[in-house]
Parts: sequence; C-alpha cells; structure tokens
Amino acid sequence: MAARDNHGTGAPWDDAFRVVGQPLRKVDGLAKATGQALYADDVQLPGMLHAKILRSPHAHARIVSIDASAALALPGVHAVITGADLPIRYGVIPWTPDENALAVDKVRFVGDEVAAVAAVDEDTANAALDAIEVEYEPLHAFLDPREALATPEPQIHADIRGKPVRGNVSKHVELEFGDVEAALAGADLVLEGEYSFHGSTHAPIEPHCAVAQVSADGLLTLWSSTQITHYVHRALAQVLELAPERIRVIQPCLGGAFGGKSDPFALEFCVALLAQRTGRPVKMLWTREEVFYAHRGRHPMQMQYRCGAKSNGRITGVDARILIDGGSYSSFGLVTTYYSGQLLTGPYDFPSYRFDSTRVFTNKPPCGPKRGHGSVQPRFAFEVQFDEVAERLGIDPIEIRRVNFQGDDTQTVNGQRITSNGFLRCLDLVEEASGWKQRRGQLPYGRGLGVAGSMYISGTNYPVYPNDMPQAGIQLKLDRSGVVTVFTGGNDIGQGSNTVVRSIVAEELGVAYDHVRVVAADTDLCPVDLGAYSSRITFMVGNATIDACRKLRHQIVTALAEAWEVDPRRIRLMEGRAFDVEDPDRTVPTREAFQVAEARFDTLGSTGSYNTPQLGGDYRGGTIGASPAYSFTAHVVEVDVDVETGIVRVPAAWCAHDCGRALNPTLVAGQIEGSTYMGLAEALLEEHGVNRFGLHRGPSLLDYRMPTSLDVGDIHAMIVESVDPEGPYGAKEAGEGPLHGSIPALANAIHDAIGVRLRHLPFTPGTVLRALRDQGGKGEGAAVGSTAAATSKREAR
Amino acid sequence: MLRLPRFALERPRTVAEAVALLADPDREALLVAGGTDLLPNMKHGLFEPDVLVSLEDVDELRAVEVDADGWLSIGAMTTLADVAADERVVARAPALAQAVSLISGPQLRTMGTLGGNVMLDTRCQWYNQTYFWRKSLGFCLKKDGTVCHVVAGGRKCVAAASNDSAPALMSLSALVDVEGPEGRRTLPVDDLWLADGIWNKKLGKGEVLVRVRVPPQAAGHRGAYGKLRDRGSIDFPLLGVAARLDVGDDGAVADADLVAVALAARPVRVRGARERLVGARPGEASFREAVEAVADEAHRRLTPLENVPGDAEYRAAMVPVYVRRTLLAAAEGAGPVHHL
Ligand SMILES: Cc1cc2nc3c(=O)[nH]c(=O)nc-3n(C[C@H](O)[C@H](O)[C@H](O)COP(=O)(O)OP(=O)(O)OC[C@H]3O[C@@H](n4cnc5c(N)ncnc54)[C@H](O)[C@@H]3O)c2cc1C
Ligand code: SF4
Repeated sequence: MAARDNHGTGAPWDDAFRVVGQPLRKVDGLAKATGQALYADDVQLPGMLHAKILRSPHAHARIVSIDASAALALPGVHAVITGADLPIRYGVIPWTPDENALAVDKVRFVGDEVAAVAAVDEDTANAALDAIEVEYEPLHAFLDPREALATPEPQIHADIRGKPVRGNVSKHVELEFGDVEAALAGADLVLEGEYSFHGSTHAPIEPHCAVAQVSADGLLTLWSSTQITHYVHRALAQVLELAPERIRVIQPCLGGAFGGKSDPFALEFCVALLAQRTGRPVKMLWTREEVFYAHRGRHPMQMQYRCGAKSNGRITGVDARILIDGGSYSSFGLVTTYYSGQLLTGPYDFPSYRFDSTRVFTNKPPCGPKRGHGSVQPRFAFEVQFDEVAERLGIDPIEIRRVNFQGDDTQTVNGQRITSNGFLRCLDLVEEASGWKQRRGQLPYGRGLGVAGSMYISGTNYPVYPNDMPQAGIQLKLDRSGVVTVFTGGNDIGQGSNTVVRSIVAEELGVAYDHVRVVAADTDLCPVDLGAYSSRITFMVGNATIDACRKLRHQIVTALAEAWEVDPRRIRLMEGRAFDVEDPDRTVPTREAFQVAEARFDTLGSTGSYNTPQLGGDYRGGTIGASPAYSFTAHVVEVDVDVETGIVRVPAAWCAHDCGRALNPTLVAGQIEGSTYMGLAEALLEEHGVNRFGLHRGPSLLDYRMPTSLDVGDIHAMIVESVDPEGPYGAKEAGEGPLHGSIPALANAIHDAIGVRLRHLPFTPGTVLRALRDQGGKGEGAAVGSTAAATSKREAR
Repeated sequence: MLRLPRFALERPRTVAEAVALLADPDREALLVAGGTDLLPNMKHGLFEPDVLVSLEDVDELRAVEVDADGWLSIGAMTTLADVAADERVVARAPALAQAVSLISGPQLRTMGTLGGNVMLDTRCQWYNQTYFWRKSLGFCLKKDGTVCHVVAGGRKCVAAASNDSAPALMSLSALVDVEGPEGRRTLPVDDLWLADGIWNKKLGKGEVLVRVRVPPQAAGHRGAYGKLRDRGSIDFPLLGVAARLDVGDDGAVADADLVAVALAARPVRVRGARERLVGARPGEASFREAVEAVADEAHRRLTPLENVPGDAEYRAAMVPVYVRRTLLAAAEGAGPVHHL
C-alpha cells in the first residue's frame, strides 16, 4: 500500500523552514526567459516527416467514402491514414470511450478529424490534404443544447462501450442530500433564478504538438505537449494495440495548458501510427485554429437555482437544475456533470442540497476541463443568487457569507470531509484590503464593489481509472557529487510543480536549491503520477516527495551519527551543510555527508508515494469531487461601469486564497493573479462558440478576445495559510480555486454599481446596456430581472 | 502555424522600378509594405500573388516633411509608430496622430505603414478567416464564392473599410500622390474610395501610393479620433470617428467635418455635421446642442452592418455616443476617445 502517512506540517529541521516559503525562482524560469527551454516543437529528428490533419467541414455528417489515392500519389507524401486505420475508440474517462483519432463513419463538429497525412514538409502535407476526396452525407446538426435534449434523433453518438446512448444525453446525475423541499418551505425567503454561462477556452500560448519516433527495435517514443503523460501512455497502448512496455511518453517544456491538454488527442495517435507506418519520425504541430477546434474548454451551462434562507441569513436549502452543453464528445464530461453539483457545498453550510445535472451532446467542439473544471459555472450562479439573498434580507454580503461559514474539520452535506478551512480569514483580508466597510455604498453611481466566496479540490480520490496503486510516485537519487536528482511523473505545465518538488527536496535534505535536479514527466524515467489536473500535484506529489526524502534523510543522518559517534537526533542537514546541533563546529558540506552515507549504505536512492485516504460519501459518485483537502477563496472586485457605453472596467480586484501553506509565495501569487485574470477575461471578453452555420465564431487570437495587459486592472493577491493537517507542510491547491469567485464578484460589483443583476454571461457592453435599459438602473429596486422570481414570505405575511 | 503560400519577392529601389514590376503581364504582383495586413491575408488564401514587390528599400517613400507652404507630407512607408510619435503630425493633424496611435498594437505599429493602412483591405467576419473555415462556410462573394452572408440575397460586398487613418485623413482634406504606369497623379483622399467591399479603392493594383499630403490647417484647428473596440489594443475598429473643428478668432466654429469608418465598404462622411456645428461656440450651450444634433443625425444615418465581428445593434447604439464624445474631445483639444 502506498504511504499515506502523515509527515506533520512543520519544518523538517527544528522550527523554521529554510527553503519552503521563500520566493525562489522557477526551475525553468531562466530557460524560458532566454529561449533555451525546449518545447515539443523544438524536437527535430533526422529524417523527420511533418503531418497534417484533414478536418470535417460539416457539423454533423455521415462519411460515405474517402479516397486518398490522389494524395498518396503526390511526390513527397509518405502515408495517409483514416479512421479505418485507428478503429479503437478511446476517451480519457474509461467509462465513456467515444472518440476515434480519426472519424469512423461520421463526423460530429466542424473541425472533427478525418484523415492524416505524413509528408516531407508541411506544405506537401497540406497539398495532400487538398487531394483527399471525402464524400459526406450531412445530418441535422444540433447547435442548441435544449434542442439536443428534446430531440433524440439523429443521435450524435448511438452507443458508447456497447451501451446505447439515451437520445443525445451524455450524462445525467441527480442527487439529493436532506429534504430540500421541506427546507425551502421552512425558509423565510426563497429566491429562484436562471443563470447562464457561455463557453470559453484555454488558449495556451503553445499550440498542441507531438512528435513520434519508432526505434529499430520497435519502441515508440512520443514527445507531446500533454499535461497528463500517464493517460497518453495508456491511451496509446490501447488504441495502437501496443504493449505499454513498448511505449515511452515524454512531456517536454510546456507552454501552458489550463486543462486544454488533459485528454489524449488525435495528433498523438496519428503521429505514432504514421511513424510506425513510415519508419520515420513524424511531427504534428497544430495551428491556432486547430487548437480552438481541439477545445475541451469550459462547458456552457444553463442553470436554475433556488435558494432558501432564514431571515438571519442562514441558508436552509439549495436546489439546482443544470443543462450542460458538452459539445461533440464525452471527454471528462462524466466528471464535469458530477462536479457541477458536487463542488458547491462549501465554504457555506448547506443543511440540504439537491442538484439535477444533464450533459448533452451537441455538434460543436468538445468541451472538457478548463481551470476550475465544472464548478466555475455553478459557483457563478449560486454566488450571484446568494448576493441577492443578502440584499433582500438587508444583510451585508460579506456578513452573510460569514454567517453561513461551515467551519473547519467538518463534513459537507454531500459527505465531503473538510479539514483546514481559512475562508473567514480570506473574507477578512479582502474586506480590509478593498476598503469594503468604508467604501461600499459610498461610491458614485457606476462604481461598485462585489464579493464572492468559493472552494476547490486539491486533487480527488477518484483516479479516473480504478486501481489500488499510488496516485503519486516519486524517486530520488543522490550520490557523492552532492547532486540530488528527483524523478517525478508530475507534469509541470508552467504552474511550477517541478519548482515545488525541488523546494521540498532542498528543505528536507538541506541541500542548496540549485543542487537539486528535477527530471519530470518521462514515462521511461519517472514513476507514475496521474498528471496535472484537479489541482492535485502540489498536494499529492508534494507528499510523495516528503515521503521519499524522509527515507533518504534517515540513512544520511544514521551514517553521519555513526561516523561522528553522536546521537542521530543531534544531526542537522541545512543550507548545504550537515552539522551537529550541539557542537556546530563539527560540520561538513552535505556533499560529504552524502559520501559518508554512500559509503555506509551503498548507492543511495529512495521512492515515495501518496494515495488519498478513503474519502467521499457512500453513494454512487460520492468519491467524485472528494478531496483530501479543499482550498478556499474570497474575492472582492471593483468595477467602473460606463453607463453610456456599457463598458465594464475592473480597476482593482482583491483575492485572498487559503492554500494551506505557500511553499513558494511567488508561485501562489502568480496562480492567484492568473486565475483572477482568467475569470475576469471570460466574464468580460472571451467567448467560445459557433455561429449559425456551426462554424467556430472566429478561431484566432484576433477574434477570441483575450484581455491584453491594458485591459487588466490591479490584482491584489493575498495568501492565507490555514496549514492543512494532511498537505505537504500543510499545503493545499492554488491553481484553480482563485478563479471561481472572480466572476460572481464581478457580477455582484456591477449590481452594486448600477443596480442591475446580470445573470447571463458574458457581460459584454451590449448586454450591460440592454440590461440597464430593461431594468431601469439603480434606484428602481434591484432584482427585478425578467428571469428571476422571488417570493418573500415575510413580505407576504 | 498557418503557412504562407509560395511567392517570389522583388525589392525595387525606386517607385518607378516598383511600378514596372507591378506591370509585368506574366506574373500577378502585389505591393507589400509592412506586410501586417497582406501576409495574414495571404495565409488565409485571400490573396494569391506570384510576386510580392516590397517597398522596403524605396527610400523616397519614407520622409515626413513640412514644406514652405505648410503642407505636411508623409511618405507611404512611414511606420505607424513614427507617424503617431511625430510632433509635426501631432501638431498639424491631431486626429491622424490619434487614429494611428490606436491602430493594432505596438509591435504591429512598428512594422505597419501609413500607406499600407490607407490601402488596407476591407474586413468581414465571413471573410477574414482561414481557407478551411471559408471553404466549410461555402465561401462568399468577396473571395471564391457567390453569396453574401451579411446581406441576405445581397449582390454587393459590404465588407467594412476598417482603416483608422482613412476617416482622419478625410477630415483633414488630405491628398494622396500616386504613381502608376501613366505617371504621377494626385487625388483627394475623399475620392479614393469605392462603395464596393471587394476592392474599395479607385487606385488600380498597378499604382503605388507615394505619399499623403495634409494641407495647412486653420489656426484654430482642432481634431480628435474616437475608436470603439473590445480591447485596449490590437483590435480593429468596431467604429471609428474622426472629427475636425476649426474654431475662428471669434470663438465660434468656422468649419467642421465628421467622418466614420468600420460601417460600410467605404469611410462615410456624416452629412449635415458641418452645417450644424458652424457658428456654435465650444464651451457654450449652443455647441453642446449642435453636438447632440449631429450625434442624433449620425445615429439616424450610420447603420453598422454585421460585417465586422460583434454586436451590430450595440455598434449602432454607440454611434451617437462616439460622435458626441469625439466632437467634445476635439473642442477641448483632447482625445483620442477610447475606453481606456
Ligand atoms: C492583429 C492585427 C490588428 C490590426 N489592427 C488594426 C487596427 O486596429 N486598425 C487598422 O487600421 N489596421 C489594423 N491592422 C492592419 C494593419 O496592421 C495596418 O492597417 C497597417 O497599417 C497595414 O500596413 P502595412 O504596411 O503592414 O500594409 P501591408 O500589409 O504591407 O499592405 C496592405 C495593403 O496595402 C497595399 N499597399 C501597401 N503599401 C502600399 C503603397 N505604398 N501603395 C499602394 N498599395 C500599398 C498592399 O499591397 C496591401 O494590399 C491590424 C493588423 C493585425 C494583424
Ligand atoms: S460583406 Fe462579408 S460576407 Fe458579404 S460578400 Fe463581403 S466579405 Fe463576403
């Protein structure tokens, strides 16, 4: 069994941390800044071919025939493959394998992959794509999720894993905890409203890229810009029908992912098969347009919420009905559907809760996990409604969030274990820093402040495919050179996980920070880790790292104590030296300590691992979203609304995030800033969708409006350290939680500024103006939205 | 990355050589200046020239000068960054300096040129897309197709003139010098345009725009540019408005002009603006009223189409707002009017 033991949350040597908590530079910071970092597209191999993918021009169509003979006949073309060559279906969630690397029989969105070509260069490959003849028989395309829900035929997927699909429903989850109807009946105020979240995508700076090489003895090596090496490894084995022993997957330096590189993608299978077929290395680099088609971004959701509260602000029950637009494939959709409900039950105490979430297939680019997977949309809806509850009850919006605080060391209504919980501190910090008490209500018309709270997981105990092996593994090697090499399967996607690993090792073994080398995300070299998703790496890999370090540390200390003939408890390894704490003059560099240990114990190395404890409610799906520790966040956003143009500016946002312990405060602050930026970006500017023809609205960085540096105000990141009992030194996640509240806090600030409740994202200037026009603006009484109905029993009486 | 199609590159040293290269009957040739419009368009398969004739080495196209009569002349190859920063431009043609300062983003302004901006291709959400995308759509009138997706049943392309410099130059009554196989000629910027989104200029593809000339302005000249866009940088205009107010010694408006862009295939002058504004005194109620009247008039006359991306209804609602704000900014010697 993998180690689940708890190493304590304190510093490994005496009281103070030496490395942890320092704002140290990222392992790869200089390499990235100077251009030395090697990305997948930097892989150049002798004889390498370039591959391109032919995509569907139809949103939904049957493939009648494919004729690639003219393409194959072109000089410089080495191979053409189609769906018939890769018939095995896969999917990142093993219960829903509904993807083919290349379409078999039908295509499901404009941009779906149909054929792939390997040629001497990209131009030849593109010319070959033009020469492939595909005959399609168009089918009715579903662009509207409501229509897809109501219309069982034609089906986008007829069956998945041999099981028939019900109409166009991808997943349905309905769970109730406590008696919601009774709770609402017993409330003093019940609010009901409709909310919607549009789609948005990740838009990492690096487009997807993969290179495959097959060695003379048949070993396949794949370099890929993936954030989950292990799942790519598994999927390749399955689809190519290759033994896993014959596959090596390497993630080079990665230029951002945000969830968009979590699935196995068509390009990975295609380059692998093309390399097998041609005997040459093959590279495929997607264009920006293709990255938009690959998508797997935020699911559009249409949400109905009912929230009951007592007159003192205490929530009695929450009821949600959610329609999720999944796009054309399942991707992580099973998890998304659960997350849309399961992750709302903190930081507030819900005495009762029900959600009914339905994900449907539509003929659009497939949705998947984007930063804050599945829970950003419901969080938006709930926090906006909750703000309205506060307003109706005449309670300060921060105060109502305090009143409902669930506390630490508790359990949520849906059976999730809450350990540390620094939410109150987060609220205090944003209240204070934003000048909430002095400024809110005092700002001129058009200016306003809004608040929101949220929580998120630090990994979950649902390992995507069921198994009893550790979720995180790590291996250490150290020797007489003084260098410690760490082998981690964790995927550093820019979030800095390799830097965290390095800090932990330097702290534990007392070596200089830059004497630690990190080798990561190479399936031949590194132990398995489940990869960069669900904000799991710091927590899980961090714990595994401590585990491995403690084993080695024990050997070093033992060897030195023997050599010095002192009690091992007197030995310290710190800041590059080993010394006797009672006789500090007795000291050697850690390198020499390693030599003593190597002499005593032979070649030195250790492994460490982590697995979650048994978690989650005892019901179907109860483990999905059950995390060993939850992070908590509070946001205050300030807005400046130009009521004549509808343009919303955010001069400042404050985000306080409880990450347990900041192993590197610069990285945590970076995640808080990046998350808050990303949330505000998708709320105000970004929109991922299709037009009336089912074509992407504008698959380019010109038309997909990501905010520039000029469009972003000051983001004040504040760190709260609740020191979680099970996190590595008490750390929890920081990469996704700080996105959630930014969007509802913005909506609530707009309401404070102009008296208009915006319930439908995005908040484009046109929407803001229309809402102002429809609702009459500040002063006319808020919450008179056409889609929200409120019943106040107090008033009725 | 999208691939550029193959083409030959010529680098003439004089305008005459460039004109000769363009006239080659055997090869379709296009001029390229900074390439910031043309090269992305070529990647999208919108232009398929055999040869690009680069004006990079044609030194005579680079100068900014003020002649003895007070004419400001800006060579076609002057970069947008240089135009925006040039004190002579800022002083003599504030609307132009402001408009140019808001074109695209800093990197593109150091490559893009004024000539290229005047000659910018019209833009449309159904057209400025990749070849794959346009093919999936079934193409459109402007390139490779037969129908228009903006105006159902439309037989004329209404892709939008989207060059920020155009309305500013028109408001300044600027001239352009062009050289073609028949030699040099000069024409007012006003007369440069055709109401045809496919090719909205009267210049032939064999002609080189040599320079832009801005006449000396009245002593009380004031100008401003207003630009509506989603982001604070990079984006093309969703609406652009250039205003000129010449305030006489008596403090009253002696002459005025108002031109808008990003609406239709050509930049559009707001008729009646001059009449309403002349005589009004900035700072006084009469001016404010005149401005409101012009804004209303513009609102009635200018109807944005769904050619450029975004919400046309919203753009229409912004016409009076940007007209008013730009006129007020001009009166105050302020601007540009931009949401940042
Ligand atoms: C992301 C992005 C954002 C942009 N945003 C804006 C914007 O906000 N506003 C805006 O106005 N433009 C914008 N542009 C377009 C472009 O950058 C500018 O219009 C720029 O001024 C074009 O100049 P250039 O020198 O690069 O032109 P080029 O691309 O070299 O040429 C453009 C056209 O003009 C012709 N041409 C160039 N020079 C001459 C000449 N001397 N005589 C005759 N014909 C000539 C070319 O043949 C070509 O057809 C943007 C472009 C991009 C890529
Ligand atoms: S207006 Fe747009 S859609 Fe219509 S023909 Fe012109 S470019 Fe094509």
